[in-house]
Amino acid sequence: MDKVQDNRAWFLIVPVFVIVAFSAILPLMTVVNYSVQEIFGPGQTLFVGTEWFTTVLADTRLHDALVRQVIYSLAVLAIEIPLGIVIALGMPGGRSAKTSLTLVLLALPLLIPFNVVGTIWQIFGRGDIGLAGATFRALGINYNYTSNSIDAWVTVLVMDVWHWTSLVALLCYAGLQSIPPAFYQAAKIDGASKWAVFRYIQLPKMRGVLVIAVLLRFMDSFMIYTEPFVLTGGGPGNSTTFLSQYLTQMAVGQFDIGKAAAFSIIYFLIVLLFSFIFYTVIMRTGEGDKS
Amino acid sequence: MTLTLDGVAKRVGADQHLHPLSLELRPGSFNVLLGRTLAGKTTLMRLMAGLDAPTAGRVFENGKDVTGASVRHRDIAMVYQQFINYPAMTVYDNIASPLRRQGKPADEIDRKVRGTAAMLRIDPYLQRLPAELSGGQQQRCAIARALVKGAGLLLLDEPLVNLDYKLREELRAELREIFSDGKTTVVYATTEPQEALILGGSVTVLHEGRLLQTGPTSEVFHAPLSEECAAVFSDPPMNVVEAILTNDRVALADGTNLPLSAHDRNLPAGPCRVGIRANHLTVLRRSDRLVPIRGRVELSEISGSETYVHLRHGETTLIAREEGVHTHPIGSEIQVYADPDRILVFSTGGQLVAAPHGRRGLLRNIA
Repeated sequence: MDKVQDNRAWFLIVPVFVIVAFSAILPLMTVVNYSVQEIFGPGQTLFVGTEWFTTVLADTRLHDALVRQVIYSLAVLAIEIPLGIVIALGMPGGRSAKTSLTLVLLALPLLIPFNVVGTIWQIFGRGDIGLAGATFRALGINYNYTSNSIDAWVTVLVMDVWHWTSLVALLCYAGLQSIPPAFYQAAKIDGASKWAVFRYIQLPKMRGVLVIAVLLRFMDSFMIYTEPFVLTGGGPGNSTTFLSQYLTQMAVGQFDIGKAAAFSIIYFLIVLLFSFIFYTVIMRTGEGDKS
Repeated sequence: MTLTLDGVAKRVGADQHLHPLSLELRPGSFNVLLGRTLAGKTTLMRLMAGLDAPTAGRVFENGKDVTGASVRHRDIAMVYQQFINYPAMTVYDNIASPLRRQGKPADEIDRKVRGTAAMLRIDPYLQRLPAELSGGQQQRCAIARALVKGAGLLLLDEPLVNLDYKLREELRAELREIFSDGKTTVVYATTEPQEALILGGSVTVLHEGRLLQTGPTSEVFHAPLSEECAAVFSDPPMNVVEAILTNDRVALADGTNLPLSAHDRNLPAGPCRVGIRANHLTVLRRSDRLVPIRGRVELSEISGSETYVHLRHGETTLIAREEGVHTHPIGSEIQVYADPDRILVFSTGGQLVAAPHGRRGLLRNIA
């Protein structure tokens, strides 16, 4: 078969190519470029190969930040996902004023900018003027997020739960609303218990939105920066210094561009790896009942 | 199970979804609920199932009053328009789920699941998830799940409506056989007169929340008690023309005269309405008794291997059936033949006065 080759067709993909190049490939390649050089000043660079990577991987402060980060993200998921599901299950259905009110209330925290959330909790937790801080003090609980590292850590976690559980709840609610009422009727006729309805109808039907919720919450919490920065500035000590804050200190504070670039690439790969693991695990779980 | 509905009605707010009706379903009977969309078929089924409580009237299972009893305590199974299966369970576990709930021993469950699956021809797919099956197979799985339960009352709410034509015919042909175990009382809702005729048994015709007629399917089809009932139970819609009945003929409003036949002889003279089903208005003149009617083709549609010709005749549009696939140019003159021996005679109020067959001697005075 004679097919006419027309190479002008390549022109059609030029716009896409240009956009992707400027928005993704070039910035990424710049980082890769920095990560293999020692930079002294504009135009003064020295190729150092993988030296930055070995330095970064051996950095104990970074190890600490990574461990802190992983524990934090897992805690966020362990709290927000079940809590979001429970809230979604308890939400009123149908088109009523109650439904609209619930949806608006849930959406409120999502509308507040990150740094404002940090400021709100900073004031909220203060022992002298904050409602939470003053309440703890009145109850005789010694709570101080600026000096006690556990208090600081828990406050950052609670702040995230307050800020983002709504998102999980709204996603799950959307998933639940898409289940045709006939499923519930059928379950009722079968005499299925509430737990069975949840386990065999609602949970499998929510799988798609749960994947999205887990991935979004994981990636977001793994890259958390603004809230702890505003609340504690990473302290006390390094107790709330997460990866992105350490990275910023390195890049902007110490101007270690090469090292920070190598760190960024490793950071990116870690996020990618975790996301892949979560995705695979959730997508396989539903079919686990099969064999 | 004998299911008895005594004057049940359903009202939601100001809407009367179902007007009071009484119905008795014998054990092992096959009952078709026929009605157009919004006729109240699903409402009635939900009352039968106990998913909803009636706002008036009582429901009896084998003489026991179960009005308002929770669906959990009722002996029923149901199949829906949508293919309802547990999404995360295999076909095997789906079918086994009602038996496991009943606490049956494992070997009995296995035997029943495999037997039912084989009957519905989904036995090769027992280890698959519902989402990995075709639509027809998913519905077979749902039917198997309902069947295996061995409930006294099996409700099917338009189970074939979401399947394509071919699958629908295939499954419909099997259904009668599958349900004929003699113990289960089956209720099958459909909008299609054809489906009701193929499935047989008895039929209950619903229209706008009212029960129009109930009885053996062929009897209701041949002698619908009202014009409304005939309209619901006809596809394409029955032709209805104003007429005057005299002592020697039926004079249609357009001037066509139909000779009297066995069933409409000896009726009191006066105005009436005549119903002619499309299959009794033919393009081919099959006998000399047929009376010609001329008209202009408005539309000619092909359904399966039949052609339905819509023709303009005076003020009305008539629909005639023609065997085989034919094309008639729009606007062309056509002559069709009405069969005077097959017409239905209704009073001016739409009540049946005379129907062919005359088996039940349906002769009444014209109002």
